[in-house]
Amino acid sequence: MEQSLAIQISDLTVAYQEKAVLWDIDLDVPQGILMAIVGPNGAGKTTLLKAALGLLPIAAGQVAIFGKPYKEQRGLVSYVPQRGSVDWDFPTSVLDVVMMGNYGKLGWVRRPGAAERRAAEAALDKVGMSEYAQRQISQLSGGQQQRTFLARALVQDAQIYFMDEPFQGVDATTERAIVELLKELRASGKTVLAVHHDLQTVPEYFDWVTLLNIRRIASGPVDEVFTEDNLRATYGGRVSLLSSAPRKEAA
Amino acid sequence: MSSAQIEIQLIGLVVAAACALPGVFLVLRGMAMMSDAISHTVLLGIVLGFMVLGDLESPWLIIAAAAMGLITVSLIELLNNTKLVKQDAAIGLVFPALFSLAVILISRFARGVHLDNDAVLLGELAFAPFNRILLFGVSLPHSLVVMGVILLVNIAFIALFYKELKLATFDAGLAMALGFSPALIHYGLMALVSVTAVGAFDAVGSIMVVAFMVAPGAAAYLLTDRLDRMLLYAVLIGAAGTLGGYWMAHWLDANIAGSMSTIIGLLFVLCLLFAPRRGLLAIAARRRRQKWEFAQTMLAIHLLHHEGTAEAGVENRLEHLHDHLRWEPGFARGVVRRAREGGLISQSNGSLLLTAQGRQLAEQNLEG
Repeated sequence: MEQSLAIQISDLTVAYQEKAVLWDIDLDVPQGILMAIVGPNGAGKTTLLKAALGLLPIAAGQVAIFGKPYKEQRGLVSYVPQRGSVDWDFPTSVLDVVMMGNYGKLGWVRRPGAAERRAAEAALDKVGMSEYAQRQISQLSGGQQQRTFLARALVQDAQIYFMDEPFQGVDATTERAIVELLKELRASGKTVLAVHHDLQTVPEYFDWVTLLNIRRIASGPVDEVFTEDNLRATYGGRVSLLSSAPRKEAA
Repeated sequence: MSSAQIEIQLIGLVVAAACALPGVFLVLRGMAMMSDAISHTVLLGIVLGFMVLGDLESPWLIIAAAAMGLITVSLIELLNNTKLVKQDAAIGLVFPALFSLAVILISRFARGVHLDNDAVLLGELAFAPFNRILLFGVSLPHSLVVMGVILLVNIAFIALFYKELKLATFDAGLAMALGFSPALIHYGLMALVSVTAVGAFDAVGSIMVVAFMVAPGAAAYLLTDRLDRMLLYAVLIGAAGTLGGYWMAHWLDANIAGSMSTIIGLLFVLCLLFAPRRGLLAIAARRRRQKWEFAQTMLAIHLLHHEGTAEAGVENRLEHLHDHLRWEPGFARGVVRRAREGGLISQSNGSLLLTAQGRQLAEQNLEG
């Protein structure tokens, strides 16, 4: 059914100066799932997210969000970039960063007001960061930075969440908190697409997975496509770490 | 104070405020040197505009100069995007080329007009009150009116697009995903910088413009954690430098704009040294404190490690810390004294014993 597809990517090719970083990607993401995107370094995982969000020019193909181009559906999509992509020394507070999630709804010129502030405070509460609201962002730990970004994404109140390595460099408590949050999002019918690095935790945290290495190797429910053969096809010879992942599931 | 003196200071204050506001965003975006490039190449815009219009007072000159500022920014980005030249080198290549073209054009075609090279580089604030215009029946210095309008434009732009500027500066990716064009905001800001540079260089010269734009923002960055306060502090620092510089020039009988830039620079150095949390002295104090704290943690872990073992009597003594932790005796005494005062250890018969608090500290750190 077409309308139940949250994201439909077809024939997507992205190139940097005539060198393809993504070749002819087809990807159907049904609504209400948690999908991990895995693949080796340089596989194009971040590029896939950015191209789908229109942050990078695409050489060919289409991306549809609930059947329409991203530009018409901005309000339905929320984006959590890699933590390292911003300057954490920027002079601003945690609450202020979270309020930025509201800017899209506000549009040009209009200033955030009391309603936006309340939404931001509620989102901070949800990620367990209420007491840090007035903290300068340079004083946060890696896990707290990630929670701040997630709160900002929650404020956007979107249907689809694009997350670029949400678990990267966070402490165990934050990791559990994020997993809880992902499950809550799924329970309320949201769709999450997350670049993920730790193959061991894929079956535990996600229900769908896309294996990517310039091409799409496989995509589907974790128990169907997260197989040793597919992992080998994705990672080539570098699989020493991988064989434990499917085994763990079998155990 | 004579009215000319008051007017010169007023012009200085308006220039300082007008430069400090966009300067804050240049500093935060890591584009401080863009102000250097723009403040020079706007001259080419003025010269070309003058050659077309034949009038040095036309407001169209400001538009021509601002356009040249934007052309400068695009050329630098074009060169940078080839990935063959880094951004700092691209700035260093583009603006001298355009600036020297302007200098050639002045010396060849515009000799004798008020566009001499000294005025361009240094400006002459002392003469600003002589060039006057009538506004609503009041005679005002030309520079004051021009810079006043530019200051209002800057305030309006930043007030109107405050949230967009903040978002695009902090997280351009999100700005783009939300539908705010970071490129549009970037060029809007660069247009502001260009217009400000044109107006300001007439008063203070193209070199001082850089000081007025970069130093107040860089100093304010050290003083606060909030963008709105950073804007306010930058304006105040610029204003203080302007007034201080004026009176320094008065006493030394020196160039006014140069004195103002000097004081602004000195204010930056003061902030660099004494800023409460980000200043060099605060950083040094923090390092020193961390050094002692780390040593106390090391001591607690060392004591925990040997606690209750046969060699505890030998290991856990002040005089053995030198052998085991390779601490100088004086340093070891300092650590032990601080740890005892902090309730981490107790001493009996020369043996060092962990208190409950000390044990907790050691265990916490071992867990990581």
